[in-house]
Amino acid sequence: MTSVHDTDHAFKVQGLTKTYGEGHSAVHALRGADLEIGDGEIVVLLGASGSGKSTLLNILGGLDRATSGSVQFRDQDLTQMSDRALTNYRRRHVGFVFQFYNLMPSLTARENVELVTEIAENPITAERALELVGLTKRIDHFPAQLSGGEQQRVAIARAVAKQPDVLFCDEPTGALDSTTGRAVLRVIQDVNEALGTTVLLITHAAATAAMADRVIHFADGQIQKVELNKNRLSAEEIHW
Amino acid sequence: MTPLHAKLMRDLWRIKAQAAAIMVVIAIGVGLQIMMTGFVSSLTLTRDAYYERHQLADIFAPVVRAPNYVESRLADIPGIRTVETRLNSMASAKVDTREFSISMQVLSLPLHGRRHLNEVRLTQGRMPDAQRPDEILLLESFATAHGIAPGAQLEVTLHGVRRWYSVVGTAQSPEFIYFAAPGEFIPDDARFGVIWMGRPALAAALDLEGAFNEALVSLLRGANKDAVLDQIDQVLDPFGAPGAFGLEDFQSDRFLSEEISGLEVTSSTVPPVFMMVAAFLLYIVTSRMITAEREEIGLVRAFGYSKREVASHYLELALFIAVTGAALGCLLGVLLGRAMVPVYTTYYKLPFLLFRLEFASFASGLLLSITVATLGGIWALRGIFRLTPAQAMRPPTPPDFSHSFSFKKGVFARLDQPTRMVLRRLMRQPWRMLGAVIGIASGMALSLAMLIIYDGFDVAIDRTFNVVDRSDATVSFVQNVPMRTIYDLQGMEGISHAEPVRFVPVVFRNGLRTYKGSITGLSQAPILHRALDKGLQPIALPERGIVLSTPLADELDVAVGDTLMLEIREGRQQTVMTQVAGIAESLLGAPAYMDLAALGRQVGEPNRFSAAYIAMRDGAQSKVYADLKDMPAVAGISLRSEAEEAFQKVMDEGAGSARFIMGAMAFAITFGIVYNVARVAQDESARDLASLRVLGFRHSEAAFVLLGELAVVVLLALPLGLWMGTGLSHLIAQGFSTDLYQIPVIFAPKAYGSSISVVVCAAVVSGWLVQRRIRSTDITLALKTRE
Repeated sequence: MTSVHDTDHAFKVQGLTKTYGEGHSAVHALRGADLEIGDGEIVVLLGASGSGKSTLLNILGGLDRATSGSVQFRDQDLTQMSDRALTNYRRRHVGFVFQFYNLMPSLTARENVELVTEIAENPITAERALELVGLTKRIDHFPAQLSGGEQQRVAIARAVAKQPDVLFCDEPTGALDSTTGRAVLRVIQDVNEALGTTVLLITHAAATAAMADRVIHFADGQIQKVELNKNRLSAEEIHW
Repeated sequence: MTPLHAKLMRDLWRIKAQAAAIMVVIAIGVGLQIMMTGFVSSLTLTRDAYYERHQLADIFAPVVRAPNYVESRLADIPGIRTVETRLNSMASAKVDTREFSISMQVLSLPLHGRRHLNEVRLTQGRMPDAQRPDEILLLESFATAHGIAPGAQLEVTLHGVRRWYSVVGTAQSPEFIYFAAPGEFIPDDARFGVIWMGRPALAAALDLEGAFNEALVSLLRGANKDAVLDQIDQVLDPFGAPGAFGLEDFQSDRFLSEEISGLEVTSSTVPPVFMMVAAFLLYIVTSRMITAEREEIGLVRAFGYSKREVASHYLELALFIAVTGAALGCLLGVLLGRAMVPVYTTYYKLPFLLFRLEFASFASGLLLSITVATLGGIWALRGIFRLTPAQAMRPPTPPDFSHSFSFKKGVFARLDQPTRMVLRRLMRQPWRMLGAVIGIASGMALSLAMLIIYDGFDVAIDRTFNVVDRSDATVSFVQNVPMRTIYDLQGMEGISHAEPVRFVPVVFRNGLRTYKGSITGLSQAPILHRALDKGLQPIALPERGIVLSTPLADELDVAVGDTLMLEIREGRQQTVMTQVAGIAESLLGAPAYMDLAALGRQVGEPNRFSAAYIAMRDGAQSKVYADLKDMPAVAGISLRSEAEEAFQKVMDEGAGSARFIMGAMAFAITFGIVYNVARVAQDESARDLASLRVLGFRHSEAAFVLLGELAVVVLLALPLGLWMGTGLSHLIAQGFSTDLYQIPVIFAPKAYGSSISVVVCAAVVSGWLVQRRIRSTDITLALKTRE
């Protein structure tokens, strides 16, 4: 695994907490997480619903703010950033893939990708991004004309077209059957290998952990354990 | 409370701002309807009761001088119930508060105590003693305007004789509900008054002992009015009668009736616009809610709720908004109505005016809003009835845009993606866009049309008082005077120019069309008062033929070159044929012009004049008044500046509040539409907007996708609104113009400017509110759930 930056970690998280609400109705979604994620790694976050993994992903992705603690992205502290700076952070460094794809129904596959390349600093072309996910033939189709797996691949193409430093995937296979799911994981793996993108992937399917460099287990808002995986499997070898 | 009702209340609370915007639109619609129909019925009932109680005549028959025995001949005409004769004359009065005399109408009071036609309503003091020739009754509004109370003395010049009279009482009369100084249309309490006095005294003053100069007639139920009018004319013709006319041609009644029918037209056309906009808004809000709650609908249907129960749940929501709006509207209508009463009583001198809340109008407003809600709701509910519970619970497929425009060619290929999203969303729901565009344009058109009309009034004032009539004052004479009197005027120190004029009462006939009016005889190449063509250039009056004003030509349906029959009601009372030689522009009244000398020959009384237009030297007014006071031939003087001021005052008062109300209405409609369309679009695209934010779009860039759609809607609505408003102003002008006054439609850049700014302002405010909501939305929440 090669590191594309001088620092050897993409994220350094210290004492991170997140509390929703106040007083009796307060929900402690994160109760102090400490973590380092290396550049170019595939990290899988595992845990039950409400264990805190999505909250961590949202904070690392610049979608939400921590209650306390710090998050270093390379040499920047995300917890100190203004709203505008967080928007710029997402714009420059981050790609997202969601369970329900979140494509713009009014734009074609190509246009959905161009939506991002138009505002990115160093993007690859939409055609190239869609070629990466194997959708060259469906390039001018609208979301309503694509299957779930195809829509998710467009979402991945959209996420990687800006050549992000980090790719966040929240249950990317959650709405897909296992064959389609594997194909989507394959694409994520390809992107990681071809572009050196750091990948954080949330999943319910424990088997997916086999493709990760590092597996983080969550429970009750805390990191239970971190496993290092020396023998990464390819997407095709995973079964669930 | 059932669970569905609990949900209903929470839903309402959630969409409170949208619901409030719709309620306001409904409230304005219902409020206007209640206010206007309330006035239609209040004014009609008050007028009818007043006429009835004070026995207002159905027919007025002026005559030069008819012996009293003619009265019984009139009474013999079939169809007549009562005939009464009286004396009617003009006089002038001098009051402390003014430099010069004021025109007064003097009427005789009947001698005996039985019921009479045109009875006065004593408001203060007592009736004059028939045996006391110096006792008079004064019109209440005139007395109030000059602070004259019973017990005061009034100097009156009657038939060239000046003497003092004692005011013993003040009165109102159904004859004088709406009245203005002679030749004017706008009431000014201070400049016109009525005096009632005993008949013997007036007869002596007018040299009309044993005679009368006006007959009042009431008709039997079912009598043929036209036939009666003809017979009265036959009886009175030998005594010099300008022609009898019905109450409907009587100035006071005409103005009041025009006002009532104007209110009727407005009340049946303006409120429905608001209700249609409300129906549209209820439709988009309800249908959005149904789409969003599709899965819940499937779920409760799966639990065993019937389609009807589910449908009525959403209908109740729409109904709640509609009925609350209607209730607020009712309140608004009553408040508006009460506030308007003093405005009406300023111009219409009714003994009382109570604003009536018409139950029927309230009921119809309520019914209309319920219909509106039901229509809007049911249209949206069609979706529910089409779905089976299983279908409903399945998440909907993404909206299909595959038929929309590809944007691959030409300039379209250069559009960025957010712009494409805006355009495709618009094109996917063309009906919603069209509804919003038409709705905003209608609101704008209503206000614009009224603004154009008011600007038109300003032009009318300017043309009437500065272009057509350039004199400083009109001097009227007790009787027609010879040219010598005009020379006398011209010779006065303070008068720089005097121009004679002759008014001759005439009945114009073209086939079945008739019009009772008068001909204005003007001298050749007049300076002070002119007949003008469409381009406002003076028309040279020909030696033969007549020049008609546009409204009169329209009324008679004649054009230049057509022949017209004139029944001259003065002098030799000839009937002559004449040719229409030209058409003149006129905004006040329906005048007809003839060459002064030619008119004199037609009447058989050349070189006699009924009035003079004068121009005064600067600062010479007081001197001129003093000199004129000493001329027994002068009946009165009316100042152009005062007439203009009275007109301007009415316009300023009316136009000021109307501009505000119209602006508020256009604002309410635009705000209601833009805010609701924006909120619905925001709900629909909440996930898209959140996704854009996640992808790194800034607030402003994400808001563009939503507000861009609205900007397009507003931009399309603006030209449509301008076009509709201009068209509507033409319709209003046509509908409301009568032979009494014409409403000009002019190019009014100010009106265009203000209506555009109101709409843009409302759009910006609602856009800003929605944009603020986008800002406060948690972007992670929208990503979790599926639409």
